[in-house]
Amino acid sequence: MRVIGFLLQKEFLQIFRNKGMLPIIFIMPFIQLVILSNAATFDVRNVPFNLQDLDRTSLSERLSEQFTGSGYFQLTGESSTSPQALDVLVGRNADLVLVIPEGFEKELMRGGSAQVQLIINAEDGFSAGVIQGYTNDIITAFNRDLIPQLPGSAVGAPRQTISVRSSAWYNPELVYIDYMVPGILVVLVTLVGLFLSGMNVVREKEIGTIDQINVTPMKRYQFITGKLLPFWIIGLGELTLGLIIARFAFHVPMLGSYWLIYLVAGIYMLVVLGMGLLISTLTESQQQAMFIAWFFMVIFTLMSGLFTAIESMPHWAQNMTMANPVRHFVDIMRRVMLKGSGIREIATPLAILTADAGLMLTLAVNRYRKVSD
Amino acid sequence: MSEPVIHTEQLTRKFGEFTAVDAISFSVGEGEVFGFLGANGAGKTTAMKMLTGLLLPTSGKAAVAGFDVFTETESIKKNIGYMSQRFSLYDDLTARENIRFFGGIYGLSSASIQEKSKALLSSLDLLPVADSRLSDLPLGWKQKLAFSVALLHEPKIVFLDEPTGGVDPMTRRRFWDMIYEAADRGVTVFVTTHYMDEAEYCDRVSIMVNGRIAALDTPTAMKDSFGVTTMDELFIRLVRPGAGEGI
Amino acid sequence: MKEWSSFVGFVVKEFYHIFRDRRTAAILFGMPVIQLLLFGYAIRNEIQEVKIGIADLSRDAVSQAITDKILSSGTFVLVKNPQSHSEIQSAFRSGAMSEAVIFEPASDREIQREGSMDIQVITDGSDPNVSRIITGYTASVIRDYLSESATTVDEPKGVVPVPLMMFNPGLKSVYLFVPGLMALILMLVSALMTSISITREKESGTMEVLLVSSLKPIQIIVGKVVPYFLLSFINVVSILVIASLVFGVPCRGSVLLLMAESLLFIMTALSLGMFISTITSSQQVAMMISLGGLLLPTILLSGFIFPVASMPLPLQVISNVIPAKWYLIIVRAIMLKGAGFAVLWQETLVLAVMTVVLIGASLRNFSERLE
Ligand SMILES: Nc1ncnc2c1ncn2[C@@H]1O[C@H](COP(=O)(O)OP(=O)(O)O)[C@@H](O)[C@H]1O
Ligand SMILES: [Mg+2]
Repeated sequence: MRVIGFLLQKEFLQIFRNKGMLPIIFIMPFIQLVILSNAATFDVRNVPFNLQDLDRTSLSERLSEQFTGSGYFQLTGESSTSPQALDVLVGRNADLVLVIPEGFEKELMRGGSAQVQLIINAEDGFSAGVIQGYTNDIITAFNRDLIPQLPGSAVGAPRQTISVRSSAWYNPELVYIDYMVPGILVVLVTLVGLFLSGMNVVREKEIGTIDQINVTPMKRYQFITGKLLPFWIIGLGELTLGLIIARFAFHVPMLGSYWLIYLVAGIYMLVVLGMGLLISTLTESQQQAMFIAWFFMVIFTLMSGLFTAIESMPHWAQNMTMANPVRHFVDIMRRVMLKGSGIREIATPLAILTADAGLMLTLAVNRYRKVSD
Repeated sequence: MSEPVIHTEQLTRKFGEFTAVDAISFSVGEGEVFGFLGANGAGKTTAMKMLTGLLLPTSGKAAVAGFDVFTETESIKKNIGYMSQRFSLYDDLTARENIRFFGGIYGLSSASIQEKSKALLSSLDLLPVADSRLSDLPLGWKQKLAFSVALLHEPKIVFLDEPTGGVDPMTRRRFWDMIYEAADRGVTVFVTTHYMDEAEYCDRVSIMVNGRIAALDTPTAMKDSFGVTTMDELFIRLVRPGAGEGI
Repeated sequence: MKEWSSFVGFVVKEFYHIFRDRRTAAILFGMPVIQLLLFGYAIRNEIQEVKIGIADLSRDAVSQAITDKILSSGTFVLVKNPQSHSEIQSAFRSGAMSEAVIFEPASDREIQREGSMDIQVITDGSDPNVSRIITGYTASVIRDYLSESATTVDEPKGVVPVPLMMFNPGLKSVYLFVPGLMALILMLVSALMTSISITREKESGTMEVLLVSSLKPIQIIVGKVVPYFLLSFINVVSILVIASLVFGVPCRGSVLLLMAESLLFIMTALSLGMFISTITSSQQVAMMISLGGLLLPTILLSGFIFPVASMPLPLQVISNVIPAKWYLIIVRAIMLKGAGFAVLWQETLVLAVMTVVLIGASLRNFSERLE
């Protein structure tokens, strides 16, 4: 125990003495948290919109006014031919072109219906779907007023309706930031923990001090504990600061218990740090260690369900994410904070994390060799 | 010579096909200053790492302080001090902090760390700079400190891997004084160097060439038997047999 | 002449350095390929397999028909029939379910008699995006049911919109994400490679050797970037090949232009890495900046997943300093829209200016150290 204490003291001295590193550990993550949490939103607003009104009648004008006045679209120009419309899309001057064909009004008044074309930039299929939804809303509303005035409309005909009363629990306003902050926080804590622990032992190898340690009677578990604990403490400290920012700067709700969050975080940090130390003991240089840590970090981040839903992945990829600790911690953080899940409801991911922690620590202790062969 | 504290027989270490240490056999007695000489790449560090329990030998036998280097490395570690070839203290810690750390992990009591720290810093004239980082100190001072730290837990044997490499002659002299002081207290000193003049300071030297021990004796006896007057000459003879004879 | 040959010697040394460490070289060229393959398949945002619970308290023809219609749409998977709000609550909390549809008792009679009925749709709003989309899906399934079952009176249809989804008619998210992944991966790998180039020399003490050599600072900086530039070429080619052959992302514009723009982009990224290397004092710091400092900003601010146009204005401004943002616009425009240089010269210019500024700044930092 005393031995671990001395190791701890030394690690902390070294961490806090590394002036270049301090801002990266203690400031950079929070700047990122504050700034980037605002970036993650799928809201589609102020869609640049181009009008191609070939009819130029009062009715076509009324329709285009519905678009410009809807608040969804922002008129950025007009075009008069299809090639022009295409150029506008290619040049990113509009994401939607509304084409009202010649004879629009006449057809409506004669036959009761007329087509308009909506050319949507579908590079981003998701946004394109949303844009199409907006245009549907506008045209449906427009039709509601228009149809009774059209020939052949059976005024007063009974219409069946089903009203969908929808409610979104936990986040009725659908604030995206509440969803992103816990996840981004997890990634930042992981990043710092994995990189610091991943570089630690291999750095001692590079400068040669590791031999000096290995020649002492220190036990392997003492060494790993002494290396792990400082970053464990720092990791939980960062998490705390992040939770404070979430609470007071972003007003992210906290429906569950902080104790549960810290219990999970304590286990989670063991997984991350165990993995970092494992990388560190298996590599020869800091550069190698960083490349490997980076490789996993990118995979963990993108496959965590933080940005895109796990359910959208193919099944084999979904199965792969079960081995991704970031996925589980992001999931748990969101559930506990936003939905107030208790320990029983997070039992499965928590059990996986616990098993991961055991595995990583065992591997790290075992792969660390005091005697090389 | 009393009971040997280091004893090897046919000790060998291969890296793949390459044999870095080739069947070396020797004994070192208690309180002896044993020099390990050889050019860069001769296999000195590799041999020392096997003896300190840092590297597993490929074949052969060896015991240090009575413990086997294959199976009892952890027991060996309780009895030895080591100064690795690369600088072995933490550059970003102060002298005091380094002493405290290494004392601590060797299990010294806080009181004894305190006491030794004070004694050591004053005997090395390091008190004025005891609280600045080692990176700010000259190499010679750092090496003397590293040596003292290696002796902190009062080991029976101390292994020094090129402790005087890159150090000025004045400091080297002083360093050897420290080695003698330790030997006088009964500590066995196993030291590697590629400075041939330092061989003269050792009780016995072994000269390694390409992983093998080419000669092993007291410096005087060795020079006599080869009919040379300096260790330098002797060394050239050993590395390039026939070089000095044709004249 | 002598200067030139010592420069060439320097470049060769750098090459040698990269390849001597096999493991590192394997990582540098294997990683982008593995990552693009993995993410290309896994990063999608089509909503599928929504876990739905249906509480049918009326159990009549209407509720049955709507239930069938919801479940046969292919988007939803029935996971349970919750009996109470608390059951819904706990299913949401354990992540076992994301939506619940509740039919009030006697919906059949209600719609026959009053011409209207209510259906409750409760979603797990903790993921606002999914929540919004699945609510919309459910509503549209119900609307479809209604329009099919309604005793069709011949109403005039009014304005009928005909949507035309340009560039990506199938609304596949692959087309969106693969170019984004290209930008992300090239950015990170390239910056990472050069980020420790100068710092490592400083730490290992070989910097002194460089400084006393006859090489000029600019030669040292350029000599560090050139080998990585040539090597990154391999990454660019492998990534483009995978994008097109494996993921079938079309390249409607000029392949040559795409190639040239990609090379410009890796040049920007390499210069950024170089710049980081000149402002840091240790490998650790350099790597932390190039990894920790670039990962999330590049993912979040480049428009890779979240559209830049959706962000608050200050972030849209900040996003302009992210090189990947510009490359992403370029790649999507060339590959999906077939855009030519005439459309993209501004974005290209931005990348070029960034590169020049970064190299200039690295040079200045580096030269300052000499004094
Ligand atoms: N881990 C290793 N793997 C492969 N070869 C090694 C390793 N360590 C040392 N060697 C080789 O063994 C030889 C002896 O090295 P070393 O013992 O360090 O020599 P010395 O200390 O006498 O300068 C050298 O040729 C060196 O390259
Ligand atoms: Mg050596």
